[in-house]
Amino acid sequence: MSSSFDVVIAGAGIVGAACALELTRSGLRVAVADPAFPGAGATAAGMGHLVVMQDSEPQFRLTAWSRQLWHELAPELPAEAEYLQCGTVWVAADPEELAAARRLRDCAAARGLLAELLDAAELAEVEPQLRPGLAGGVLIPEDAVVYAPAVARWMMRRAVALGAVLRQGAAVVSMGGGLAKLSDGTAWSASALLNAAGTDAARLTPGLPVQPRKGHLVITDRSPGFLRHQVVELGYTKSVQALTGESVAFNVAPRPTGQVLIGSSRQSGVCSAEIDRPILEAMLRRACAYMPGLRQLSAIRAWTGLRAATPDKLPLIGPHPQIKGVWVAAGHEGLGITTALGTARLIAAHLTGRAPEIPAEPYLPSRHIDADGAQSHG
Amino acid sequence: MGEKVRIILNGRECDVPAGATLASALLALGLTHFRTSVHGEPRAPLCGMGVCQECRLTVDGRMHVRACLLLCRDGMRVETGTV
Repeated sequence: MSSSFDVVIAGAGIVGAACALELTRSGLRVAVADPAFPGAGATAAGMGHLVVMQDSEPQFRLTAWSRQLWHELAPELPAEAEYLQCGTVWVAADPEELAAARRLRDCAAARGLLAELLDAAELAEVEPQLRPGLAGGVLIPEDAVVYAPAVARWMMRRAVALGAVLRQGAAVVSMGGGLAKLSDGTAWSASALLNAAGTDAARLTPGLPVQPRKGHLVITDRSPGFLRHQVVELGYTKSVQALTGESVAFNVAPRPTGQVLIGSSRQSGVCSAEIDRPILEAMLRRACAYMPGLRQLSAIRAWTGLRAATPDKLPLIGPHPQIKGVWVAAGHEGLGITTALGTARLIAAHLTGRAPEIPAEPYLPSRHIDADGAQSHG
Repeated sequence: MGEKVRIILNGRECDVPAGATLASALLALGLTHFRTSVHGEPRAPLCGMGVCQECRLTVDGRMHVRACLLLCRDGMRVETGTV
């Protein structure tokens, strides 16, 4: 086996796997190493929500474009990817949130996205399990859900079938000088070294502004028809934006099996994988407050994962400004499943010299790291 | 013959022994498809003591009830093969 490649990728999560497939399809020789197996990290602890978010213009552009790429990819996906265009229902609890719902609808409409304002009765009709007394919401019918670990596995299988090399059970422990060293002693040379290591990104490339943000998930037994859309409280955005401390938000997703995925929680700077009982309890209480019928379902598993968070809630996609030959595709926080496809296209554009399909500047790591070595505060 | 109660199995009235577990009563009626696995396969009681989860069905609108742990009651509505 050759040990010289065009690109070595650290990490086979959804982002690394999407990059591997896109770069291999672009004709590059790619090798990927993952400390476990494809989709084993944060990819397996996400809800698989393919969602357009509009907190900032760059976030909107990357998520909307990526969602479009998911729509295009959907017919190719295998059944185990469980792609389901279920739409998102953003729930407004009170008149204040209903005003926010109206702004969300107007914003989406102005950008050419389908979005439908729901009054209280319409909300109850689209999701009958929601408690009575809610103010309304917004339905975004083109959002979807996917079973992300299966997609990461499939992407890596496709990439390997096209000639990529995958090393499982070995982490990239250092990259630089055109060389990636693996924990099993392997050394791979490549002109481009791509750090897609998620929350390990800053360990592999010191100075990257990526911090862990722990989340909890619960899955129930099967209850077909209980839930029709991904349903999220409008307060979710507040939970996401609080950069420190702990927060929970009502966020549930239907699985094709009829199971219900229940999220979400955020704890900054926590690295342990253990279930945090008080946070789990707060998360489930919040879910049951919005959707009382959840109490009748049995939770069959609870688990955690670490999102890779950046200070400005945008991922790092592009060349490392100080270390020649090192590239970054990390820091996707809770949007890594959605934005994996756009990320892969941007990285491929960078590495092949193609023009990027959306402006690449907002995601460049150089916005946080000066070329002379200091971490900037921009 | 002991006392009987009448249950409604998939919309059909059936007389079953009072005091029998729902699982044993349904097996005695010849039923072999209690629930449907996630991959669409028919499943039936295996352990008979509440552990294996294979005899789950819907009782009076409540899903995932283990038939082996439930005694037959008059008027009980039972649906099989739902989940």
